Formats: sequence, C-alpha cells, structure tokens
Amino acid sequence: MFKWLHPLAKPETLYHFCGKLSPWLMAAALFTLLLGNIWGLGFTPTDYQQGDSYRIIHIHVPSAIMSMGAYMAMAIAAFTALVWQIKTAQWAVLAIAPIGAVYTAIALLTGMAWGEPMWGAWWVWDARLTSQLILLFLYFGVMALHGAFSDRQTGAKVASLLAVIGTINLPIIHFSVEWWNTLHQGATITKFAKPSIDPSMLWPLLMSLLAFKLVMLWLTCVRLRTAILENEQHRPWVKQLVGKV
Amino acid sequence: MVSYGVFLQRELRLLARQKSDWLNPVLFFIIVLTLFPIGVGPEPNMLRIMAPGIVWIAALLSVLLAAERLFKDDYRNGVIEQLVAARHALQPFVLAKISANWLSTGLPLVLLSPLVALLFNLELPALQAMALTLLLGTPVLSLLSVLGAAITVSADKGGILLALLILPLYIPLLIFASAAIEAASMGLAYQGQLAILMAIVLFALALVPMAVCSALKINVS
Repeated sequence: MFKWLHPLAKPETLYHFCGKLSPWLMAAALFTLLLGNIWGLGFTPTDYQQGDSYRIIHIHVPSAIMSMGAYMAMAIAAFTALVWQIKTAQWAVLAIAPIGAVYTAIALLTGMAWGEPMWGAWWVWDARLTSQLILLFLYFGVMALHGAFSDRQTGAKVASLLAVIGTINLPIIHFSVEWWNTLHQGATITKFAKPSIDPSMLWPLLMSLLAFKLVMLWLTCVRLRTAILENEQHRPWVKQLVGKV
Repeated sequence: MVSYGVFLQRELRLLARQKSDWLNPVLFFIIVLTLFPIGVGPEPNMLRIMAPGIVWIAALLSVLLAAERLFKDDYRNGVIEQLVAARHALQPFVLAKISANWLSTGLPLVLLSPLVALLFNLELPALQAMALTLLLGTPVLSLLSVLGAAITVSADKGGILLALLILPLYIPLLIFASAAIEAASMGLAYQGQLAILMAIVLFALALVPMAVCSALKINVS
C-alpha cells in the first residue's frame, strides 16, 4: 500500500495520475448526479407527513454528509502534510477547502428552505444548525489563513495545522442531534441500525450521496492539478509540458 | 522545570512594566458589560436572564483583545527563533506564556465576578456558578488565544484573522458555561456542566501546548 502511494507524493507523478483519473470521475459523477437527482426529485413517492417538500432531502443530506466528509479528507491530508512534510498533501488541503465550504453552504441553504415549511422559520438556533455554521467558518478560516501569509509555504503549513485543530468540531456536529434535544431530526441513515426510511426513497438518496462524493473527488483532482502547475511553474517538467501544448 | 520558572518570571516582569497589556482588556470587559444594559434596555428581569451570556461574551472578547500582541514582540526581536533553535526550551516557554496570560487576563475576570453579579442583580447561587465557570473556563480561553496568536504570529494582517480562527473554537465552552449559570439561577444542579468544563480544560491543557509549539516552529522556519 505504502509502496503504491509513495510515488504519488512526487508532484509530476501526481499530476499525471490526477489527469488520468479525472475524466472517469467526471463521467461517473455526472451520471450518478443526474440519475440520483432525477430519480429522487421526480419519481420517489410522496411522504405521508411532509408531503412533497421532503424531496429536498436528496440534496440536503448528501451535501451535509459530504461537508463533514470533505473536512475529514482535508484534515487527513493536513495531518499527512504536517507529519511527513509532503508538499502535495498541503496543496490537497487547499484544493479541498473551497469545495467543502460550498457543500456546507448548500447544506445550510437547502436546510433553510426545508425548515421554512416544516418548522415555520428560515433559521432556528438549533445545535445542529449552529454547529454546521461553525463548520462553514472553519473552512473560511483555513482559506483566509492561507491568504494572510506573504510566504506561500508557511501559509499552506499553518492552514494545515488549523485544519487538524478544527477536527474537534466534527464529533460535536455529528452528535449534536443526540446530545441536545433539538428541533432537527435525528439521522435517517445509520450504518448499524435498520434505516428509518422506505427503500423506495433510500436508494435514490444513496445514489445522490455517491454522486456528491464523486463530484468532490473530481473537483479535487482538477483543483489539485492546477495547484501543482502553479506551485511548480519553474520546474523543467512543467515548462516542457506547457511548451508542448 | 527550572526554565519554566525563569520564563514565568520574565513574563510577569514584562507584564508589570507594561501595565496597559493587562489593564486594557479588563477595562474593556467592564465597558462591554455596561454597554449591554444601554443597548437592550435596563429591565432588571431581562438583564438577569441575559447575564450569563453577556458575561461570557465580554470575557471572550477581552481575552481575544489581549491575544494579538502575545508573541509579536518576541517574534520581532528574535526570541522565538532562538528558542526554536534551542529545541527543549520552547515547551516551557509556551507553558509560561499561557500561565502568564491566564494570570493577567483570566484571573482578573474571576475576581471581578462578584461586581458583575451586583450589576446584573444575580442571586448567590448564580454568582457562585458564574465564578466557578469563569475559574474553569478562562484557562481554556487563555490556551486557545495563545494558540491563535502562535498560528498568526508571522501573518501580515493578524488581528482580525485571529478572531475569525479562534472564536469558532470557543463555542463548546460558551454552551456549557452559560448552561451551568442558567441551571444555577433556576436552582438546579449544575455539577454535570462543571464536570464537562473541567474535561475541556484538561483536554486543552494536554494538546494545546503541543500545537502552539508546532505553530511557532512553522512560523519561524
């Protein structure tokens, strides 16, 4: 495993690896996204309690799960960058951060749109909503911190450190629904228990979840390639590559 | 252990010479407290309900105000660079910095809490809870603000960035501290919340100094 991963730390190898991967990821992501969302938004049965407005779950839940998933991925990359001093991992941190921030924003906005008909308010100061908002601020913090240093290298390292520190917030968000008695409903899908959702609604939801994950991977590959080119622009291999095109 | 004592002495001597470093945050705390009744109206019952939140937010802001300058001078005149080069001296230096920060900005807030209770008509149980939560919570405020100062020490625009980074991390503390004071003012038991605060202190004390050291190392290299 390590022998297979290790060459990828080299920017040039990683650039070509991401280049090979991204068309496949793009195709898979767009396919599952279209399938999952059309199926979920158009063809699932109506909920007996919440009517048609529950359909937003097919966007809300995948983006909320992936907002935390993206943070976890970012934190793992940051940890790798700090411990093994791998430059490409630092660039991965900065490649993932805006994607995660957008997912968090989508989760918050769709949650607001869902909350208005269900709870009668666009926003309530509920534990889960508040902690999700904090997650958004953490993403902003990582990006702002990177921009605040005149030395790019230091900025990337410090942003990685902050990303690792911020993982403290992940369990708080995840368990907030169980720790505090709040308005936000509990988890619909869990790994261990039988899901509290009908299979006819569950499958499109899982499809959308997969789609959101693939979109994240695809965009990360694209952004990472750009970051590699930008940071390595003085290296011969980049000059050769740019000259060839 | 010896070097910790030496560093602490140095920090305290510096604080004794630059009184504005610790006096201003304390004054700021009192001024923020006096602004709230003007802003939301002087209704005593409402102020009593809002007091826990107001006190804690004022404490957060005043600690944050002191944080920005924590490492700036030591960074500019090269002390931190020397300590990073000396390797073993960095950890006691960081611990001394945290202790001095708590003694100069956290402890005064704990001592001021009876005065705050008078200003907001709090009763004795609520006052006790407030003093206890401040006693347990202000070390965490110091730890996290030192962490923020270390992360941003070589940044071009450190001040506002520091607030943006550190305030989200304060939130768990704020939740449990104000829950404890609220429970106490309703005559309920609040040992549970205090235990969680204690756990947060110990957790932060174990991990934050390590993170501060690595942040300083990154900023120097």
